[in-house]
Amino acid sequence: MMYDLIVVGGGPAGLAAALAAKEKGLDSILIIERDSQLGGILNQCIHNGFGLHYFKEELTGPEYAGRFIKMLEGTGIKAMCDTMVLAVTQDKKIHCINPTDGYQVLEAKSIVLAMGCRERTRGAISIPGTRPAGVLTAGAAQRFVNIEGHMVGKRVVILGSGDIGLIMARRMTLEGAKVLACVELMPYSGGLQRNIVQCLNDFDIPLYLSHTITEIRGKNRVEGVTIAKVGPDRKPIEGTEIDFDCDTVLLSVGLIPENELTRNAGIDIDIRTNGVVVWENMETSVPGIFASGNVVHVHDLVDYVTGESQKAGRAAAEYVKQGMRSREHAISVNEGKDVGFIVPLKIHREAMDAEIFFRVRRIFETSAIVVKDGDKVLAHLKRAHMAPGEMERVKLSRSLLDAIEGDEITVYAEEVEE
Amino acid sequence: MKELICITCPRGCHLKVDEENGYEVTGNSCPRGKEYGYNEVTNPKRVVTSTVRTNSREYPRCPVKTNGAIPKEKMFDAMKLLDDIVLAVPIYCGEKVIENLFDTGIDFVATKDVQ
Amino acid sequence: MYDVAIIGCGITGSACAYFLSKYSLKIAIIEKKNDVCCGTTRANSAIIHAGYDPIPGTLCAKYNVRGNLLTKEICKKLDVLCKEIGSLVLAFSDEEKETLKELYERGIKNGVPDMEIWDGDRIRREEPNVSENAVAALYAPTAAIVNPWEYGLAMAETAVRNGAELMLNSEVKSISKADGGWKIETGSGSVEAKYVINAAGVYTDIIHNMVADKSFEIIPNAGEYYLLDKCEGERVSHVIFQCPDKNGKGVLVAPTVHGNLIVGPNAVDSDRDDTATRTASLDFVRTSAVKSVPSINFRENIRNFTGVRANADTGDFVIGFAAENFLDLAGIKSPGLSAAPAIAEDAVRMLKEKGLELREKENFIDTRRHLRFNELSDEKKNEVIARNPLYGRVVCRCETITEGEIVDALASPIKPVSLDGVKRRAGTGMGRCQGGFCGPKVLEIIARSNNITFEDVLQDDTGSYILTGETKNGGAK
Repeated sequence: MMYDLIVVGGGPAGLAAALAAKEKGLDSILIIERDSQLGGILNQCIHNGFGLHYFKEELTGPEYAGRFIKMLEGTGIKAMCDTMVLAVTQDKKIHCINPTDGYQVLEAKSIVLAMGCRERTRGAISIPGTRPAGVLTAGAAQRFVNIEGHMVGKRVVILGSGDIGLIMARRMTLEGAKVLACVELMPYSGGLQRNIVQCLNDFDIPLYLSHTITEIRGKNRVEGVTIAKVGPDRKPIEGTEIDFDCDTVLLSVGLIPENELTRNAGIDIDIRTNGVVVWENMETSVPGIFASGNVVHVHDLVDYVTGESQKAGRAAAEYVKQGMRSREHAISVNEGKDVGFIVPLKIHREAMDAEIFFRVRRIFETSAIVVKDGDKVLAHLKRAHMAPGEMERVKLSRSLLDAIEGDEITVYAEEVEE
Repeated sequence: MKELICITCPRGCHLKVDEENGYEVTGNSCPRGKEYGYNEVTNPKRVVTSTVRTNSREYPRCPVKTNGAIPKEKMFDAMKLLDDIVLAVPIYCGEKVIENLFDTGIDFVATKDVQ
Repeated sequence: MYDVAIIGCGITGSACAYFLSKYSLKIAIIEKKNDVCCGTTRANSAIIHAGYDPIPGTLCAKYNVRGNLLTKEICKKLDVLCKEIGSLVLAFSDEEKETLKELYERGIKNGVPDMEIWDGDRIRREEPNVSENAVAALYAPTAAIVNPWEYGLAMAETAVRNGAELMLNSEVKSISKADGGWKIETGSGSVEAKYVINAAGVYTDIIHNMVADKSFEIIPNAGEYYLLDKCEGERVSHVIFQCPDKNGKGVLVAPTVHGNLIVGPNAVDSDRDDTATRTASLDFVRTSAVKSVPSINFRENIRNFTGVRANADTGDFVIGFAAENFLDLAGIKSPGLSAAPAIAEDAVRMLKEKGLELREKENFIDTRRHLRFNELSDEKKNEVIARNPLYGRVVCRCETITEGEIVDALASPIKPVSLDGVKRRAGTGMGRCQGGFCGPKVLEIIARSNNITFEDVLQDDTGSYILTGETKNGGAK
């Protein structure tokens, strides 16, 4: 059978994309999920703080996912769990396996890639020292503690101040562990401010900014770590070492879009971030294949994943019903000063509007986001505070898009007078 | 004057609370920030999320939360109460797990359906 | 009373066990760790050297070329990943060109077949990512890459299937003369044997000194590595060496049999068990490697590790009787992995000369199958899932390893008791997420399969516990 849409991944991105495509009139929609249940990583994110934008109330991860899973009821959207996609091809065939149906090749008129992301590991940052048990990513620890109900250690040092690390600092503390320190290489935290307050400050857990772990000790299980202050070159400064006796090191040192399927399919990926390169409607370099959520760029809030994925689902429906958007006279979006990976990198001329997402590269106080078309300022948006831990969003209306004369626009950030 | 970062939403507004002038809050961008600022200085509260045991082999834990903020100093006491509980499946999201914590009117509720 | 006791189950001990298990003998393999091949065998360059490097006349030279041949035969029989991809030694100057000639001559003397000297153009044609500064290369087509721990494991498993007894968690404490042989006291009991093979790797000198006067010393020497993700795996298609110097063969760049890229090692004196990585060493490896292959993207690193070489102070392998019927196979440094089967073959001969009676078994099992789901054809995949649905559940998503393969590993002749034990057999957690996703799931399967609690599942060796207890301790169980 030929599906109108196959969504790879049943986390928040996949669920929202499927539902939006259904709303726009697609009939046969299949969600393929590798885990035994839908919801993705939200199932282990039992803390609250989700849904403030989308549902206008504060939900936990499982509640947020649960709402979307409930919405599937009666829609006819099929979900195939416990199923692993092994390959996606440009002619929109999906190779997958599961214990009951074996190996099969499914066909679709459109595809949404929603595989999410994975955590950077010890190898990615080459922490020196021994290789004992007790060094694990914050996400793996989160799964053990929240889903399986097992503790991963008693005395913990956390490297990296990403949100998962901060959340796990609180979780481990509430479950009786002692979190000795949270160590961050950069001079600022990579996580949300609220998490610094309620996960570290509430429990008097010290945050060491501009520090890193210089050695892990222990033969079979972690016995201790040494941290040191780093200079502007992010290299450890001799003489600033502090030793900790601990049995566990949790790593929260960044997330990487999980795009092996995408790469093997020959779909364009940004080599620096590993994110899928998309147009404003979340279309990838291959017409009819869309991507949304953390495979595109790592989001700070799931609410934005939902919004972006609905866009992808709607675009898939439009593609199936009306065919592809013209790629002629496309508008390229460039990263200007102090702006990190931008989404989207291209805008169709016929787009009704376009939302641009990015993260700034450093902390800004009173400042502005500027969008320029050549020398012409298209938009100048004031911001009281911007930080790399938080995603910035700029919406370009149809009239603004119409005003673009060239074939590229540039987005940058700058300080302004109050 | 007390300086705080609002934790009501991920925005993280920098609040100032003037204890000498009736706990006047500035720096907030919504009414909830005002409320947070006032409460944080007079009676800080937090929502607690955790898990409880279930009798399911496949899903040995069910996530729970307090359905409102409880006094911050009661967090660990609240956690302790969860130790003695084993929920039998099926469990439904929203189901009360412990009612009226410390006479606050706040309950621990399940946050996931577990079949 | 055993006929032969083998101390140490690394590549050398495994090979000896395998060769000896062809005969009707009572064999004991004594291993201090909770699994086999956990020392140097699991942390090395994973190269089967062609054999041009060792000085003619040395034991290294004697066993390398023969070992190269035997390794390929064994890997084929025992279903171990081994690919003959050939190696290049790069020369960056006229002086180094002379070294290549010297290596070529040595190769001829050692019996290495089909070597060639390539010029810069040929190098660029065959290996476009190799530095433009390389002016010549020695090409040796018989060099191969192998999965070293599976290689050792396969031989040890086969020995066990043929009746050899493996004693894990048995560190040798002392050895004494016994009636008609030797008595070996281990941490878990004593073993008596007529013949003893000392294959204790970096500890061979200590074992030797238990039965004889000191005659050599092991100077442990550490080498550190990078293992890069598969997107870097095609950066080169041969094993790329630089010209050897006094510290050894230098930093190499090579694909692995799993499709990753391995880069390393350096060489620094170390302690016998010190497998820590150091920033200075890794910096050295990186700087050296880009001299050969400038475009390596080290941001794709997924793991660093350190191996400790069992270098003997004699400069060569130490092979010979330490005492009556007590055979040292010591100082097995590089090319030890390549030489192991040839050493074992010769060890059997040497024991025979000392009176060990060798009667070939009629029912010797000399095959082994490893089902690698990901390498099957689509049809075959369906077939195995129909036979056992567990092959339809992918547990390790980075390497596409199924639950069926993990269960296979847990039912193999030498049962793993740790996540790393399963990793070495099935390949779980070898990929880019390093077990972040599959670790909890594999742990659960081990607990279920071995009927132990989650808390009893280890990461690796004894003491490497992963979990410290259940949450909600006060709750009724």
